[in-house]
Amino acid sequence: MSYCKQEGKDRIIFVTKEDHEAPSNAELIADDPNDPYEEHGLILPNGDVNWNCPCLGGMASGPCGSQFKEAFSCFHYSKEEVKGSECIDHFRDMQECMQRYPELYPQDDETDSSSQEAESRSALPTEKDSTAATSTAEAAVSADGTSPTDEQTAS
Amino acid sequence: MLKCRTVWRTLAPLARTSSTVCRQNARRAGLNNGRLPACVPAAHMSTAPAGGGRENQLYVLLVGATCVGGAIYAYRTVKGDSQRYQDRIDEISSRPLKTFTEEPATPTQSEPPAAPSPAEPSPPAPDAEILAPIETADLPSVWIASTADEPAVEASPQEAAEPAAALIVEEGDASPASHKVSSHTPYLLIGGGTASFAAARSIRARDPGARVLIVTDELVPPYMRPPLSKELWFSDDPSVTETLRFKQWNGKERSIYFQPPSFYINAEELGSAENGGVAVLTGKKVVHMDVRGNKIKLDDDTEISYDKCLIATGGVPRNLQVIERAGEEVMKRTTLFRKVEDFKSLDKVSRNVKSITIIGGGFLGSELACALGRRSTESDLEVIQMYPEKGNMGKVLPEYLSNWTTEKVKKEGVKIISEALVKSVVSKDDKLEIQLKDGRLVKTDHIVAAVGLEPNVDLAKSAGLEVDSDFGGFRVNAELQARSNIWVAGDAACFYDIRLGRRRVEHHDHAVVSGRLAGENMTGANKPYWHQSMFWSDLGPDVGYEAIGIVDSSLPTVGVFAKATAKDTPKAATEESGTGIRSESETEHTASSPVASSAPSPTGVQHKDEYGKGVIFYLRDKVVVGIILWNVFNRMPIARKIIKDGEEHADLNEVAKLFNIHDD
Repeated sequence: MSYCKQEGKDRIIFVTKEDHEAPSNAELIADDPNDPYEEHGLILPNGDVNWNCPCLGGMASGPCGSQFKEAFSCFHYSKEEVKGSECIDHFRDMQECMQRYPELYPQDDETDSSSQEAESRSALPTEKDSTAATSTAEAAVSADGTSPTDEQTAS
Repeated sequence: MLKCRTVWRTLAPLARTSSTVCRQNARRAGLNNGRLPACVPAAHMSTAPAGGGRENQLYVLLVGATCVGGAIYAYRTVKGDSQRYQDRIDEISSRPLKTFTEEPATPTQSEPPAAPSPAEPSPPAPDAEILAPIETADLPSVWIASTADEPAVEASPQEAAEPAAALIVEEGDASPASHKVSSHTPYLLIGGGTASFAAARSIRARDPGARVLIVTDELVPPYMRPPLSKELWFSDDPSVTETLRFKQWNGKERSIYFQPPSFYINAEELGSAENGGVAVLTGKKVVHMDVRGNKIKLDDDTEISYDKCLIATGGVPRNLQVIERAGEEVMKRTTLFRKVEDFKSLDKVSRNVKSITIIGGGFLGSELACALGRRSTESDLEVIQMYPEKGNMGKVLPEYLSNWTTEKVKKEGVKIISEALVKSVVSKDDKLEIQLKDGRLVKTDHIVAAVGLEPNVDLAKSAGLEVDSDFGGFRVNAELQARSNIWVAGDAACFYDIRLGRRRVEHHDHAVVSGRLAGENMTGANKPYWHQSMFWSDLGPDVGYEAIGIVDSSLPTVGVFAKATAKDTPKAATEESGTGIRSESETEHTASSPVASSAPSPTGVQHKDEYGKGVIFYLRDKVVVGIILWNVFNRMPIARKIIKDGEEHADLNEVAKLFNIHDD
């Protein structure tokens, strides 16, 4: 059983696992999906790409930022059956640019995986925006150790 | 109106005199008309009621003399006032003229748009124009020569003179003749720290092809500060002071620099770069800011004009007065810890001395104490930490938790001297002797002073920006804006938090959040500070916590605890999430649903003093304004939500349930 004690103005409660088993009756205010102040995930409410998403790391802001934006926008708005199949030129430009900065975009098939990462992330925001939305995420770091976005973190 | 009053005042004695005379004449006339001589009241007129003509003449003379005397008196007073007034006006009008002749190179004060122009003769003219209307408006108030009016009179001409006066402050730097050619950048970021870098990234993301110039007085590009007092100390690499790379718990290595040097472009190329970029000008200090002219001046006299400017100057570590006054020998053996070079020098010192004393019991002091304490186990280094509070983090954690933390810090090999106020420090026989106010004496080789940060508001004066008197730092609004094209972010910003009120926050994540926000607002977003930043600290491998909001130990708190299992340590948290920096782990792995715990959770005896893991709520007027997650990780989004709601919760235990503290 939980017990509680008071030390001056501070209250201390010790709880067991059983005590916390029952679901909480604390009320939280429902989030407004159209709140203009809220941080957004990769996709903004109006469907555009949020280039400032921490999940992208520095991809949209680095030296190859504009190539990345073009390639990814093309991919994002692509309606082809194989999504992004018409964007191959943009991706090539991006890759060429990245090859000029090997320190920033470590090479070994990373450019492909980066678009894959971004693709998988675009599916995320539909469920739990807040997870991707925090300011200090590092993009595409999860599986591979040396993905192109690993070069830095905004945190 | 006031004029009349003075006039009346000066004429009053005269009026009184004349009225008395008239009254007495009347009385006399009345008396002479028929009253008995005996009933005449003792008049102060010495003349006897004698015969007619001579009396009349006397009366006429006296009245006439009084009138004339009064008139002369009035005339002289009025003349004197007018002279005083004239003197004052002359003095005021001479003031701005004087300042203008001294600083010919300042940007023009006249109406035309401020284009940086060399010395020109026109400044005095427009200024006189500005003054003229002020003069006429102030006429009545100046008429009264009282001290109370002086400030009022001086206020308005002062306004016109103020910008000129403000520029005078930096007069010493300007040599009127030699000005380097000024250059221009659309986005100027003053300061090269975390906030600045976050803003640069935000600007580049939102404004395609943006050209961003970062000016920093440090010699290195932007880097992150937390590892300087944490991870870098735990590195196995002997060359860590050179590489500044740290191995995270998950084995991945990274540098403290946000970006390698190849990311940045040269400042000279910024204007011509096709897609823009971020340039960093290192080793340059901004000494003057001209808000009206939208430009700044560096310590080498270069002028740079901007469209939008961010001030992210951070701060400078505070020092104890007793140390500052103690002399060269003591200062030589004192470290104020903030920058990369401080880390390098302290690392070197820690290998060469026998005893280090850290003064300060807050985040930085405790982290350094633990880091050095860990090192002391390998060498025979004595690590002492002293502070005025009762326990470590005494201003942040409630007392019971602060005491518990102090015991943990002691286990890291640190000698704690609590409730210690330093009275004096002297250098004796190559050692430092710290005398405490209660009489205790501590002998040590080196001191690290971690007693707070002084926000850097050097530019406030020249820029005419407001400095907050409660929290320090530049006062900005909820959108981090100080003036039209000027924003402030990071440690130096005292901003308005819509939910929690005006504050100034000195944490890494806040620098990131505010830097990003400032960058967004510089590119037109107009968003207020809304996404609450968090902070974290580890005190050894067993104690780690994440916190959000206002976490002040003077607030009433409610703590809900469970006993910690082996899985609830900072090390485990980062290993699981695969990241090294705690604030990132939030996005990687968020615990959302209660899962049957695989670790055995103790249900029987709750050890009274074991605060293994839990949640602590900080309340202000019954609303939760701050939350600490004590050895409970990856639940920051829930904490953030609770603070954002700002609701009064009747039972905080129910709120604590949301965190599933018993789970992994």
